[in-house]
Amino acid sequence: MIKFCMRIFSLIAFSISVLFFVISNAFAGSPTKVGFVYLTTPGDHGWTYAHELGKQMVEKRFGKDVKVSVVENVPEGPDATRVIRELAKQGNEIIFTTSFGYMEPTLKVAKEFPNVKFEHITGYKRSKNVATGNIRFYEGRYIQGVVAGLMTKTNKIGYIGAYPIAEVIMGINAFAQGLKSVNKDASISVIWANTWYDPVKEADAAKVHIAEGADVLAQHTDSPAMLQIAEKNGAMGFGQSTDMSAFAPKAQLFASINNWGPYYIKKIEELRNGKWNTGDGPNHWPGNVWGGIKSDMLVISKFQNMPANVAQKAQEALDGIKTGKINIFAGPLIDNTGKEIIPAGKALDDGALWGMNYYLQGVNGKVPG
Amino acid sequence: MITFIPRDKVSKNWIIIAPILSIVFTIFFGLLIFTFLGYNPLETLYQIFVSPFSRIDRISDILVKACPLIIIGTGLMLCFKSNVWNIGAEGQFIMGALLAGFIALSFPNIETKFFLLITILAGFVGGALWAFIPAILKTKLNVNEILVSLMLVYVAMLFIDFIVRGPLRDPMSFGFPLSKPYPEGALINKIPFPGIGFLGQLHYGILFVFLLVPISWIFVNKTLGGFKINVLGSAPQAAKFAGFKQNSITITVLLLSGGLAGVAGVIEVSANIGQLQPEVSFGYGFTAIIVAFLGRLSPVGILFAGIIIATVKLGADNAQMTMGIPKVVTGLFEGILLFFLLTGETLQKYKIKWSEGKK
Repeated sequence: MIKFCMRIFSLIAFSISVLFFVISNAFAGSPTKVGFVYLTTPGDHGWTYAHELGKQMVEKRFGKDVKVSVVENVPEGPDATRVIRELAKQGNEIIFTTSFGYMEPTLKVAKEFPNVKFEHITGYKRSKNVATGNIRFYEGRYIQGVVAGLMTKTNKIGYIGAYPIAEVIMGINAFAQGLKSVNKDASISVIWANTWYDPVKEADAAKVHIAEGADVLAQHTDSPAMLQIAEKNGAMGFGQSTDMSAFAPKAQLFASINNWGPYYIKKIEELRNGKWNTGDGPNHWPGNVWGGIKSDMLVISKFQNMPANVAQKAQEALDGIKTGKINIFAGPLIDNTGKEIIPAGKALDDGALWGMNYYLQGVNGKVPG
Repeated sequence: MITFIPRDKVSKNWIIIAPILSIVFTIFFGLLIFTFLGYNPLETLYQIFVSPFSRIDRISDILVKACPLIIIGTGLMLCFKSNVWNIGAEGQFIMGALLAGFIALSFPNIETKFFLLITILAGFVGGALWAFIPAILKTKLNVNEILVSLMLVYVAMLFIDFIVRGPLRDPMSFGFPLSKPYPEGALINKIPFPGIGFLGQLHYGILFVFLLVPISWIFVNKTLGGFKINVLGSAPQAAKFAGFKQNSITITVLLLSGGLAGVAGVIEVSANIGQLQPEVSFGYGFTAIIVAFLGRLSPVGILFAGIIIATVKLGADNAQMTMGIPKVVTGLFEGILLFFLLTGETLQKYKIKWSEGKK
């Protein structure tokens, strides 16, 4: 009986799948198939939402010329390998994997599908058909430091970090550089949330900062929770990844917005023109695409909830970064134990940024681990 | 007040009819929800139930996904049968993977696959040790094992997080929390099929499932140990009267289920990840609780329950890829499916009696 049922079942399954295969092939044609893998859902209003906006720009730009498939909530492990492989099998020609933890899964699948192009976001390993892309988030954090330095009355800045990795540490140090440029008395305290996204933990960290006297908060985590706490307690803060002013109309000073759209569009365009490449070469650390304010991959939202003179200083910092007049990590750089990192006249290169495991002057405490 | 009264005799017809009705109800509500939300309901059902079987490599994906669920579920079966509520398989999974990973990374140049015997054994020991904590607390101090085993999950999660950020972090990982890759000898390879190559991620770890299911069937149905577990669960007084030592059974089932969860952890990491990272489990230990009950606490049932759960999970991914249905919607459908399956199962065995509420 069971055997019989199984046979019938597999027969039905087989015939339906054949049918679908035929149909899908009949309509296959011009559109470029593009796959996206998301860590959470666009409902996080942070990291993944920013990617979703980028995806929407792709759809708007190419219209019927692309067909986009998205898989959300993919854990960074074997599930990622399976989902990426499935996207490749379904004929996607370029697949964007939008979280660091997809690095090994992406490389693994890329080996099996040499003709499919892969773009891994925020990773550092590449191969023939795996390119990487990242944003210079730290540029926005420098401007945050400038604004924080002018806005704080207690001279205490509360910073919520996700994990003590180079990417986050360079953000803290950039913030400290901006802070120092306008206010030598203020200092930054860091609380590690040990998560990228956990509204409860982020809110708790924000409460601790406020209880300890911080009146300007910054975050390198993804949810709007910190800003909501700031809003309730009369503190100020900065939006992360997307404009979060809807969550904190009175507390958000500005947001550093991740703008992935232009990068996605550029890479898809390259693919369609047969010019896709991994851009490997020197000075491409950590990715062949590491764009910031200048290349429009990092967008600074409207300056709000601040006096005109502060907004003007912020605008100057923004312009300075855009024109290259401000080099955030130019010497002399001294870490917070007094050790010289680089003398005057020199500046840290990209490689050195990714080796950061120290705090610069203006940050309290030391890097864990 | 609603009370459940055990039926004197479970009707043979209903054993067949109940699951069919459950499926019919699930499909009906599924159709309703999908139509209401504006998705083609038939195609959605196709994606969830049929598409995972539509290609041979997709079937292999089901097996890969079901593998840890079945291994952990089998261990949990022993616990639940004897009324020991081990909710912490997730933590035991992690500790098994971690201890095995520690040993694997201590021998960076080892190539022989015999080394796998050692890492799998280490996984068993790691998981069993983690389960030994609630076991000893329950038997010596009468501490509730549900709370202890559950809370140890979070300890295990934080512990592996600490280990891969600190002591075992690969110095070449630019500060990212990853261990070095495992040596060749600690990796479970994918199974090559002549003429086809690899089928997705299908790996030799699957063989363990095919060993485990018959062995656990024999253990439960044909040995004195299995008999003791059954008696202890269904008639504790009788077990006492027969002179079975309740404490030693409790400790044994916890060690076995913890050990099996640990082995599942080793297989998962060695076959699919190849290094330690902050997250290795993704809720297998919790999902396996559902698998154990869905499989009616029987080895063969758990095999099928693991496959069903894995199928629906993969189907949900497929529905998202091809039709753009968000995971929350397919998650809702999964919930409906489980609800009706378990309701059907319960109503087979129990009558519902409505009575005036007494407070």
